[in-house]
Amino acid sequence: MEETKPQLIKITFDGIEVEVEPGTTIMQAARKIAEADESQGHLVPPAMCYYKPLPTSGGKCRACLVKVAQGSAKDPRPMPKLVPSCITQVQEGMVVENTTNQGVLDTRKSIVEFLLINHPLDCPICDQAGECHLQDFAFEHGSVKTRYEEDRRTFDKIDIGPFVQLHMTRCILCYRCVYTADQITDKRVHGVMNRGDASEISTYIEKAIDNDFSGNVIDVCPVGALTDKTYRFKNRVWFSKPEDAHCDCSKCSGKVTLWYRGDEVIRVTARKNTWGEVNEFICNTCRFERKKTSDWVLEGPTKVKRSSVISANKYRADLIKKPDFALKLAATQFKPIDDTREFVTDGETIRQQSIENNDKANHRSLLAKNN
Amino acid sequence: MTETPNLVAFTPERLEKVKDIIARYPEGRQKSALLPVLHVAQEQWGWLSSEVMDYVAGILSLEPVEVYEVATFYTMYHLDPVGKHVIEYCRTGPCCLMGGEDVYGYLKQKLGVEAGQTTADGLFTLKEVECLAACGWGPVFQIREKYYMNLTNEKVDQIIEDLSK
Amino acid sequence: MAKKILTEHINVPGIETFDVYRRQGGYTAVEKALKTMTPDEIVEETKKSGVRGRGGAGFPMGMKWGFLAKPEGVPRYLVCNADESEPGTFKDHYLMKSIPHLLIEGMIIGSFALGAKKSFIYVRGELMYVIHILEKAIAEAKAAGFLGQNILGTGYDLELIVQSGGGAYICGEETALLESLEGKRGNPRNKPPFPAVKGLYQSPTVVNNVESIANMPWIINNGADAYAGIGIGRSTGTKLISASGHIKKPGVYEIELGVSVEEFLNSDEYCGGIRDGHHLKALVAGGSSVPILPAHLIMKTANGEDRLMSYESLSDGGFATGTMLGSGGFIVFDETACIVRNTWNFARFYHHESCGQCSPCREGTGWMEKVLHRIEHGHGSMHDVDLLVDISKKIEGNTICPLGDAAAWPVASAIRHFRDEFMWHITNPHEASQPGAVYQGEMALV
Repeated sequence: MEETKPQLIKITFDGIEVEVEPGTTIMQAARKIAEADESQGHLVPPAMCYYKPLPTSGGKCRACLVKVAQGSAKDPRPMPKLVPSCITQVQEGMVVENTTNQGVLDTRKSIVEFLLINHPLDCPICDQAGECHLQDFAFEHGSVKTRYEEDRRTFDKIDIGPFVQLHMTRCILCYRCVYTADQITDKRVHGVMNRGDASEISTYIEKAIDNDFSGNVIDVCPVGALTDKTYRFKNRVWFSKPEDAHCDCSKCSGKVTLWYRGDEVIRVTARKNTWGEVNEFICNTCRFERKKTSDWVLEGPTKVKRSSVISANKYRADLIKKPDFALKLAATQFKPIDDTREFVTDGETIRQQSIENNDKANHRSLLAKNN
Repeated sequence: MTETPNLVAFTPERLEKVKDIIARYPEGRQKSALLPVLHVAQEQWGWLSSEVMDYVAGILSLEPVEVYEVATFYTMYHLDPVGKHVIEYCRTGPCCLMGGEDVYGYLKQKLGVEAGQTTADGLFTLKEVECLAACGWGPVFQIREKYYMNLTNEKVDQIIEDLSK
Repeated sequence: MAKKILTEHINVPGIETFDVYRRQGGYTAVEKALKTMTPDEIVEETKKSGVRGRGGAGFPMGMKWGFLAKPEGVPRYLVCNADESEPGTFKDHYLMKSIPHLLIEGMIIGSFALGAKKSFIYVRGELMYVIHILEKAIAEAKAAGFLGQNILGTGYDLELIVQSGGGAYICGEETALLESLEGKRGNPRNKPPFPAVKGLYQSPTVVNNVESIANMPWIINNGADAYAGIGIGRSTGTKLISASGHIKKPGVYEIELGVSVEEFLNSDEYCGGIRDGHHLKALVAGGSSVPILPAHLIMKTANGEDRLMSYESLSDGGFATGTMLGSGGFIVFDETACIVRNTWNFARFYHHESCGQCSPCREGTGWMEKVLHRIEHGHGSMHDVDLLVDISKKIEGNTICPLGDAAAWPVASAIRHFRDEFMWHITNPHEASQPGAVYQGEMALV
């Protein structure tokens, strides 16, 4: 009998089997699971440095470390150390543990801690807040308290060119902006200077990043280290409303996301996929100079993950789901509550009840603390 | 102190040396010459100004930023003007066991400078470095290519006197 | 006198010159290898000798050579790692400056065995004077027909290049070294791919330590069996040990693997004992990155057996009671040494040398240094010791390259074995932060 070579590789990721092409990384395999079933999105390892549109990125931040419990069907031994899922290729029969492995989760918690010890935590005044990958990463995997008592690393803000500001203090040294400059612009003028925790993104001598695609460093930056000067302090991201739009551009695809406040375009960015990665890099003219609705052909609201704060925006009434959808959903997913208690209207009784409830809650939290 | 070079160009002998270095590597791999060529540049100018680094970038067909990234990564390259003699003093454990910290204190007092500073007469710049791979012969410091080993306060006196002439 | 493989002729006047080296039997191994052996036979011989990488990891050299990929039409490279920078280690420095032709001879044999036509010796930039010595020796060897085109009429061509580093411990990590050799920042690469498949210029490459390669002439001249007959068990051959610290005779010594720690430390042939009037408190046997051991555990294993200078004996007991041979940096501490201060010093070293690419090492090494600085200077608090242990655990095993482990082990081991001394610093901050103050509490001195 003629045997056909297996086209796909089968691996098990957090107990879920998935088939992927040879050469796929563990990260991409996990993303494939989530793309097929949105409810599994939480299984995908976080990526702070890896960025699929930028080949050779990844492997540095260690946020996506996972346990390979079985190397392959041929060699079932576990890998001795946790491996970066973003750059480790799958093998037939590989068994990977991510959220199912406590060691992985503990390590991830420590990576958050490491990334935060020299981060200013100035989220209240940071333009990136609300769409910051470090904020999400810390929220999902971090601790409430810091154990770091020393001074944090700080740098002065610098303008690199007329449109981009570098706030190095917030940088987590993911190298994405360096890869961007290397791979999509014809001349790189910024890079990583110095070494160790003194490393910094810099042009070394004052130099403007001046080329048609320089603005893309803003989009790839996972934190608020590289920000759009035309947008600085103009808005909180959750108050703006993204719309997909395009134009006929001679330099790039012209496919962008417009960010509205009211009727005003306050920012233009590239369109991003579910994983926060740019689909197509855009030129500076589109990004910084086309800020009128009349410059664009609108395509409709940008699809935003429901978990994002951006989705809290008010879209045009005809575009949001009808209330009856929510009621139908509630009817299928939630039990109706049988509440036969008396309807209290007397102010004093309500006050008394809330004091009692408060006491009970305090007692519960005290118990939880002691345990 | 070494002046910022006005006209940035290798001397003919050094340019020959640089060409020989570049020729050692396979075609298209001239970037490999970067570290050795930066040493040659530092030998000529004493330190690496951005003009010098841009010049080196030109010779090796690199973007200037590629040179800055490398020069700032490695500790041997001086990115600021330095004195005539740069004393690179080992501060690592084994030298300390051999009395390195005491001798270092004496040296600083004698020169009247702290790490990173240059004496007023421009003769000496003091730098702290990590292990120089001479632990059995510590305490150690290095000036250019020369290792000064088994240092004592008396030896420091002698060395500074000799170099001050 | 114990067997000498590398240093037998090191004290012969003029041994750094080609003529004297040749008169002592130098380059006969090149003649034998190139004229009478095939590359595969040399690789086999190397495997059989059991010689292990002398840079620290102790990986069998012949096996490493056997992994080299050999795709058609792609050049292969042999790169010698002479970036010796591990605190406590200065053997390669000593070997290269004293007897440069030994390394060159080994490089010719190794390059021939691996099919390399262009080989590199990457020397740390601080050793510029040694680079000049090597370049002079290479010119001599070339003039004598041992390098260059058609070596000894065999048709084999080899160009040997000495490359200078720029000051970075991390370039001793083989992939960082290759990056540096390509003219880049010394950022270690993620592995796989390993250098044996994609190394220098993305071509198959072997990176070997100076001392490892310097063993080759002897192995070729005397045979793998003779080499394997020296040493003990899987620790075959001899090892250069760099001895420093509170001993009577610091220096580089060649030992037959299997000599007892006691003999190495106390005999007049080697260290000559602790300096007069003092006692052994602690010892780092293999360079600053390996776990420090207190006196009683370095002289005897936990089972009460004599501790030997071999890969196996030194690691007996795991990290709980053992350590590692590493690169052979033998640093001796007597009772005047402050373990906390030394641990801070080593932590500062690794902080200074972290390349900064991956977050656990970039942030963790600096954090550990700051906490240790605080303890040493009288500002420590009770939870700092456990904090340090925890940080070290979070770095260990989670980084791109072994520098993270190298930074974590000295801190973790110092606390493991000298916790009381750390606590004394914290509970007696004023006294402990006085210059020269040393813990006087109960501890076993030898």
